[in-house]
Amino acid sequence: MTEPTGLVGTRGRPLDDARRANPNRVRRRPPVGRIAVYVALAVLALAFAAPFAWMVSTSLKTGPQAIATPPVWIPNPWVFGNYLDALTKINFPLAVRNSLTYAVPAVVGTVASCSLVAYGFARIRWPGRDIVFIVLLATMMLPGQVTFIPLYVIFAKLGWVGTFLPLLVPTFLGNPFFIFLLRQFFLGIPSELSEAARIDGASEFRILTRIIVPLSWPALITVGLFTFIDKWTDFFGPLIYLQNPDLQPLSLAVQTFQSAHKTDWPLSMAASVAITLPLIVLYFFAQRKFIEGIQITGLKG
Amino acid sequence: MSSLLPRRRRRLTGGVDWTPRTRRNFAVGLLFISPWLLGFLGFYLYPALASLYYSFTDIKLLNDPHWVGLANYQQMVADPLFWKSLGNTIFLTLIGIPLAVTSALGIALLLNVKRIVGLGVFRTIFYLPVVVPSVASALLWIWLLNPQYGLVNQGLSAIGLPHPSWFYDADWSKPGIILMMIWGAGDVVIIYLGALQGVPKSLYEAAEVDGAGAWAKIRNVTIPMISPAILFNLITGAIGAFQYFTQAYVISEGTVGRGSGAAGGIENSLLFYGLNLYNNAFRYFKIGYASALAWVLLVIVLATTLLLLRVARSRVYYEGDR
Repeated sequence: MTEPTGLVGTRGRPLDDARRANPNRVRRRPPVGRIAVYVALAVLALAFAAPFAWMVSTSLKTGPQAIATPPVWIPNPWVFGNYLDALTKINFPLAVRNSLTYAVPAVVGTVASCSLVAYGFARIRWPGRDIVFIVLLATMMLPGQVTFIPLYVIFAKLGWVGTFLPLLVPTFLGNPFFIFLLRQFFLGIPSELSEAARIDGASEFRILTRIIVPLSWPALITVGLFTFIDKWTDFFGPLIYLQNPDLQPLSLAVQTFQSAHKTDWPLSMAASVAITLPLIVLYFFAQRKFIEGIQITGLKG
Repeated sequence: MSSLLPRRRRRLTGGVDWTPRTRRNFAVGLLFISPWLLGFLGFYLYPALASLYYSFTDIKLLNDPHWVGLANYQQMVADPLFWKSLGNTIFLTLIGIPLAVTSALGIALLLNVKRIVGLGVFRTIFYLPVVVPSVASALLWIWLLNPQYGLVNQGLSAIGLPHPSWFYDADWSKPGIILMMIWGAGDVVIIYLGALQGVPKSLYEAAEVDGAGAWAKIRNVTIPMISPAILFNLITGAIGAFQYFTQAYVISEGTVGRGSGAAGGIENSLLFYGLNLYNNAFRYFKIGYASALAWVLLVIVLATTLLLLRVARSRVYYEGDR
C-alpha cells in the first residue's frame, strides 16, 4: 500500500521535504484545513458509531428505561438478564445449531468445489478453456431473481423444501466469484513446481492437494471467511426454504422479536447484538482479509 | 456423421490439433470444472430459461403450466403495485444511491488526507456497519427511527427540529431507508480509499505548482482519476437497488405488517421491486407473473448498466487508453 496522498495541509507549498526535515514547524502552526478535517472526521465517526452504542446500551436496559426521554446512554441497572431472556425466547442453541448446519457445510463445499474448478481453469491448458471462463464470468451478471423461482419449483417437486438441501447442494457446485478469485491466486504460483511433480508422475489432483492448496491458504481462508459470513447472515434462502421453526437459523429467529404490534426493544436489541457479535469478532481477527475482499470486489468491475 | 465431428470440434476450439495429450488435458480439465459445469447447467442455464418460459404461462406452483402468451406482461402494465414498486425503486436508485455514493466519497477524501492520525480507527468505525447482518441493521434502524422513542427523533426534538414518523409515514419511509444505506456504505468508502491511493502524487504536485487549492485539486485531479471507481459504485448500487430485499421485508413486517393489501411498508411506500417480486412468487404463488417480473428486472438491470457505461465513456478516465 502506498502512503495516502495529501490534499489539505500542503496547499500551494511544495515544501514537503523541508517539513519532513523539521516536523516541529508543522506542530507549531497547525494548518486550519487539517483541524477542520479532524473535526469533520470526529463528528462523522460519532454519528456512525452512535447506532452501535445505542444498540448495545438498549440491550442492557429495563423496558421503561429504553423508552425514557431524554434518552439514557448508561443503563441503570445493567440488565444482563435481557440476553438470557432473548436467548431462551428464540431457543438460541437450536437457532445457532441451524445457522451452523447451514454455514459450515457451505464453507466446506464452496472451498472444495471452487478449488477444483479454479485449478481446472488456471493450471490445466485445454481447448475451449478461455471461452468457458468467459461464460463463467458472465453468470455473475445474472440477478438471482431470474433463477430462484424455477429452482424453488424443482426443489418443491423433489420434496426438498423444508430441508437444508436446497441451500447446501448448490454450494458444492462452485461459486463464480470465488472461482475467479482462486484462479487469479493459482495463476500466480510458479508453474515449475507443478511441472516437476508431473515429471515425477503425480496426477493433477495430487498436484492440487499437495502443492497448490498448501501454497494457497490465504486465498482459501478468504473464500471460507466470506462464505461463512454470507451464509450466517443469509435471510432470503432460509425465508423461502426453512420456514419450519425447528429449522430456523438465527437470521430468521432474530426477526421474530420485531412485530408490528408490540416490540420489546431491549430483547430485540439483545438478539441483534447476539447475531452481530460473531461477525465483529471475526472482523477484528481478520481485518486485513475484509479490506482485501472489498478491494478485490472493487477491482473486478 | 462421425467424420464430421472432429472438424466441427476443431472449428469450435479455433483449430486445435487433437493430439493424445490435448485430448487428455481436455478430459482432465472438464473433469476439474465439472462441479461448476453441473451447477451452470442446473442452477443457472436451466432456471433462467425455465423462468423465461414460465413468464408466458399461468403456472401457480405445482400445477402444469399453460401457455398464456403475453398475458403476464399485459397484467404487469395494468398492475398499480408494479408501477408503485418501480417508482419506489427508481427513487432509491436516483436519490438514495447517489447520496450514499457521494457521502462515502466525502468520507474517503477526509480519510485520504496526508498522514492522518488514527486512520485505522476511523476506517474501522466507518466499515463496521457493513459487518452487521441485514436483519440486525433493519431491527436497529426500526428502533433508531421509532417516531416517539427513537434516538434520531429524540435528538431532533431536543434541538427543536421537526421529527418525522419515518417508517410510519409514506413520505418519510424512503428517506429512512436512505439514512440506513448511508450508514451501511462503508464498503464503498474502502473501495474509494483504494482508488485514491492509486492517484499519482506527481499530479497533485503539478496542480500545486499551478496554484490549485484543496478544492480545485479534488475537482480537477482526484475526481477524474477515481472516476472508474465512482462508476463501479454507481452500477453496483443501481443493481443492488433493484434487488433490495431483506431490509425492506423486515422493516415492512416490523412496522405496519401485512394488514392491508400487499406487504410493502406504510401505504406500500417500501414496496421495492425485489419485495414485490417476492410477494407475487411466495405470498400469492403467482409463479408465472413473478417470472415475468424477474425477466423485466433482468432487462432493466442490463439496460441501466449499459446506459451508465455509455454515459461513462465520455466522463470516465481510464489510465492507459488515449
